[in-house]
Amino acid sequence: MPTVRVRLYATVRKYAPPGCHEGTFSVELPEGSKLEDLYRRLGIPEREVKQSFVNGRRAEPDQVLREGDEVGVFPPIAGGTEARPCGQP
Amino acid sequence: MRKLVRVNMTDTTVRVEELPEKYRFMGGRWLTSTLVADEVPATAHPLGPNNRLVFAPGIVTGTAAPSSGRISVGAKSPLTGGIKEANAGTPVAQSLARMGIAAIVIEGQPEENDEFFVLKLNKDGGELERAEDLAGLGLYEFAARVQERFGNTGFIATGPAGEKRMAMAGVCCNDTEFRPSRYAGRGGLGAVMGAKGLKAILVDDTGAPGVCIANEDLFRVGLRKLSDALREHPITRPGGTLNTLGTAALINVLNEAGGLPTRNFSSGRFEGASRIAGETIAETARQRGGKTGHSCHPGCIIRCSNIWARQDGSEHVSCLEYESVWALGANCGIDDLDTIAELIWICNDSGLDTIEAGVTLAVAMEAGLAAFGDGQAAIRLLRECALGTPLGRILGNGAAFTGRAFGLTRVPTVKGQGMPAYEPRAVKGIGVTYLTSPMGADHTAGYTVAPEILSVGGKADPLLPHGKADISTNLQVATAFLDSTGYCLFIAFAILDIPAGFEGMVETCNGVLGTAWSGEDATAIGTQILRTERSFNEAAGFTRAHDRPPEFMRYETLPPHNQVYDVPDEEIDRVAAVLTESR
Ligand code: SF4
Repeated sequence: MPTVRVRLYATVRKYAPPGCHEGTFSVELPEGSKLEDLYRRLGIPEREVKQSFVNGRRAEPDQVLREGDEVGVFPPIAGGTEARPCGQP
Repeated sequence: MRKLVRVNMTDTTVRVEELPEKYRFMGGRWLTSTLVADEVPATAHPLGPNNRLVFAPGIVTGTAAPSSGRISVGAKSPLTGGIKEANAGTPVAQSLARMGIAAIVIEGQPEENDEFFVLKLNKDGGELERAEDLAGLGLYEFAARVQERFGNTGFIATGPAGEKRMAMAGVCCNDTEFRPSRYAGRGGLGAVMGAKGLKAILVDDTGAPGVCIANEDLFRVGLRKLSDALREHPITRPGGTLNTLGTAALINVLNEAGGLPTRNFSSGRFEGASRIAGETIAETARQRGGKTGHSCHPGCIIRCSNIWARQDGSEHVSCLEYESVWALGANCGIDDLDTIAELIWICNDSGLDTIEAGVTLAVAMEAGLAAFGDGQAAIRLLRECALGTPLGRILGNGAAFTGRAFGLTRVPTVKGQGMPAYEPRAVKGIGVTYLTSPMGADHTAGYTVAPEILSVGGKADPLLPHGKADISTNLQVATAFLDSTGYCLFIAFAILDIPAGFEGMVETCNGVLGTAWSGEDATAIGTQILRTERSFNEAAGFTRAHDRPPEFMRYETLPPHNQVYDVPDEEIDRVAAVLTESR
């Protein structure tokens, strides 16, 4: 059962367990759990998450989490709908 | 008729002319860069009589278009030696536009080095007066005296650092409550103003006729689309990220991504990040009675600015935005917001660019002038600039100059300008922008951070070296156009993601000018602006060898990703190739 270190930022911080410092805490997950499983476990609706980082690298919801991973979860601080680059509407 | 105000500092004359036909549709950066390219010899000394300093509000500035109160300032830069445009959001931009002033061109130079003037502009014209006791003051004292004497008059001013012609000096404009806090900061344009003997421009817009709008209906349609996009996007909407947390919301994001330059670009993570992050700033402002959701000028929907309060609740400084907090915080190893606020206050008062100041202080720390993290030492060092001590003059000339003075190699600059708050080794595309922008290291010139980190305008892996030239080029082109409209760059989040917002932005320009530009025309205009700027720089002696990273980034790895800057030269040079191709 891998244990991951989670940091929740800005508006998703409200989903952190009570009493944790600055939205940072550890979670033990079943083997093979993905980022999206972590969101579910914490009760974070996926539409409130815009971008997560695992060990400092951008990660998609289907990424499998491993022992010791550091996960940072952000709301749209960052982001909205999928889109095209400016100048090519 | 839009007006061009020509101010000759040699014979102290002011002439108001009709804006020549050639410049009819231009505004903001398009106009400043074109005028500089047309009128300044590329080999002119930036502080000499042949450089010209140009001010131009944007195309829709002064209208009801949201978040559009920007003014561009242009000249040949004493920091980079190339062409420069820097812009600021300020009510004075709106005043000038409503007075029908498309541009102000400052030429010549007084014979005596220490002669300073103020240019007073009103609806009937303008005149130069001796600055008398307004010169030599810190900008807070200056602003107080201006208000005492002239009431609520808008100003554009240079501070003590600019009067002393330091290459780190910015051009300062007032905010909505007449604080000296809104800077066209980068590239040493405050030093050009000082070298012209121009302490300030004071603007009285009483009786101004307002901006002439050629097609009101189209303008309204565009305004509605753009406003809707700004109100919808989670970053820009009221109650959204920028409004509640300010731009410093980025501190945690970049720290998490390993791209927050720390202790003079020696790490991409700062252990004190959460103590200086936007979340902490907003929470502390709430507790102490500061303010978030402040606006730099009337009519902004986004309202990203803030006012920081001291522990006792009294006002300290506006504003704690991402670049300033990073530069004077993480990059110097400082994690105390009150110290950072004081450093920002000193920059505002002395007339210094906060980014260049932070990059320079970190280089000074690397040189051993202070320990990383020593806030009191940083405050002492930064105060030297306005005092004009020999050390202050070294620091006041920026990071590259300071690095050379102390024999350092870890000096994070491109074309002599300090790198902003994104580590190129962890965010490879923004590195391409730093290297290839005609402005020197400038994140705003082509903000690839949007797709690389924020998942705005598409997605790209920040650590991959490939494919970044195209992303950077497209964004540089779009930005050159946006910098000409008068809109704040932060509308880009909404218009990158919401096509109707982009359309609305172009339509408001068409509405004002009576043009029929399409999205492709906007791209063509952006490309033309960059070509004009690049050819000025070529004539000033820049080659592709200047589009290169500081060498240490090629061989020193950056934690936590332990990467070097590995975008190949050929990829970097594709930007120049695209921009010099004939169309
Ligand atoms: S978003 Fe911020 S910087 Fe831009 S115009 Fe509004 S208050 Fe000014």
